[in-house]
Amino acid sequence: MEKKHYERPHIIKLETGMPGKFGMRNDSPPTTHIDGVAVKELVAGYGSPLFVISESTTRSVYRKAYKAFSTRYPKVQFAWSYKTNYLSAVCNIFHQEGSWAEVVSGFEYDKAVANGVDPAKIIFNGPGKSTEDLRKAAENGSLIHIDHLDELYTLTDLTGELTRKPLVAIRVNMDTGIYPMWDRFGFNYENGQAWDAINKIMMSGKLELVGLHTHIGTFIMSAGAYGIAASKLADLALGIKQKFNHDIRYIDMGGGFTSKNTLKGSYLPGSDTNPSFDDYAEAITSALVNSGFKPDNLPLLILETGRALIDEAGYIITTVIANKRLSTGRRATIIDAGVNLLFTSFWYQHPVTPAQGFSQYREENALYGPLCMNIDCVRDSITLPLLNKGEQLVIHYTGAYNLTQWMQFITLRPKVVLIDQDSKTHIIRESESVTSVSGFEKTPDYLNIIK
Amino acid sequence: MKINENLAISESGFLFNPTTGESFTVNPIGAEIIELLKEGKTDGQITEMLLKTYQIDSQTLQKDLHDFNDILKQHQLLEPNE
Repeated sequence: MEKKHYERPHIIKLETGMPGKFGMRNDSPPTTHIDGVAVKELVAGYGSPLFVISESTTRSVYRKAYKAFSTRYPKVQFAWSYKTNYLSAVCNIFHQEGSWAEVVSGFEYDKAVANGVDPAKIIFNGPGKSTEDLRKAAENGSLIHIDHLDELYTLTDLTGELTRKPLVAIRVNMDTGIYPMWDRFGFNYENGQAWDAINKIMMSGKLELVGLHTHIGTFIMSAGAYGIAASKLADLALGIKQKFNHDIRYIDMGGGFTSKNTLKGSYLPGSDTNPSFDDYAEAITSALVNSGFKPDNLPLLILETGRALIDEAGYIITTVIANKRLSTGRRATIIDAGVNLLFTSFWYQHPVTPAQGFSQYREENALYGPLCMNIDCVRDSITLPLLNKGEQLVIHYTGAYNLTQWMQFITLRPKVVLIDQDSKTHIIRESESVTSVSGFEKTPDYLNIIK
Repeated sequence: MKINENLAISESGFLFNPTTGESFTVNPIGAEIIELLKEGKTDGQITEMLLKTYQIDSQTLQKDLHDFNDILKQHQLLEPNE
């Protein structure tokens, strides 16, 4: 006789009381396949934990975002935010779709060039550009977004050595009615810093002011804030036209759109409550169209959206290492992917689903990673089926920031696999080995002797 | 320790403790274990019977049974032997 499938014994006390106003479904439909590839097959082939990127989702989300803006405004350009995910395979999907590159360091700049991006389509943001970075970007005709006066002076000084006039924009920070107001990037709109920088650029005649940029914050849950920001940049652009008879070629609204993730402390899931691309597009394009630009001379609208484009396409497949009870009797589950791989678990309540079917029984769990560190908690509290050691979970919406901010800490980083549009799998980053870490070390000879 | 013999348990896994008035939900294997405990089976006998029926190794089963016993105690469903 064939033996029955085992599920560990489970009993839960039924509590009565007022139902929670924010009570949500806590069943998790299993994620047995990603883009038609069985999770079990992925684990058998590539190990666990495993990062998976879906090419189909990446492209479809990009097209959805592009459509939201391009149906409302005639000149739209996305620039892929390298810091969000700079795996070359991922960047090149966006470049194939038509995205420029938006970089914030010399390293990212070189990576974009190596990926084959035309330097004229690289936007160089960030507060930390070196003199050499500025020289290279200026000579290549890239778009340099000036963050502070020291950078403005450095670049102006460099012009004597350059063969071409640098193409620049200024970064503008402003009050858009949201908290916190980000004022660390660029020049302030309200107190006149922005005009001061514009005047300096225009009066020097050494730099070509081609754009205006803002980055109002991150994970902005109010689309209206972008409308205010777009109005203020339009006001600056129109002021420049009036004062210097100079046309600004583009307005760059930066990044900061939400993904479907749920911020910690939120009652309702982000997939239901966060603004859509249409919401952001409506706010931004309405502000630009309703400003004083002539209809035949609208500036190009650039968007540096990162998180909202790639979060949904990323998955981490992880395996249960152990089940245990905490001192209070709460269930704790230990998995092989922790905050070393899932940096964003400090910010979000990532959705987690089982990779195999289960019965209807569920249990509240603390979900811990494998690190011997108290902070290694993937979810403080999550309701999951009765998992056994060796079974898999799938963590969702992990495509943004994790593959750039992950840590080689305590353990090694795993493979990253791309599932293409024909459901074929490709390793796009190999797993690390001890030598990939210790290979960079140099030990003095006298410390190589251990008695 | 022995199971409270007055426990009422339905086929669907609804468990009622008349001593305290508390209700519980228990999964099928949990219900099976409680029935076996009510029949007076020892932990060893229960382990042996379940190993014959389910696709599970002895170590995992014993670990899970131990944990289940602890939770039954926590919910005061197990009583001290007289």
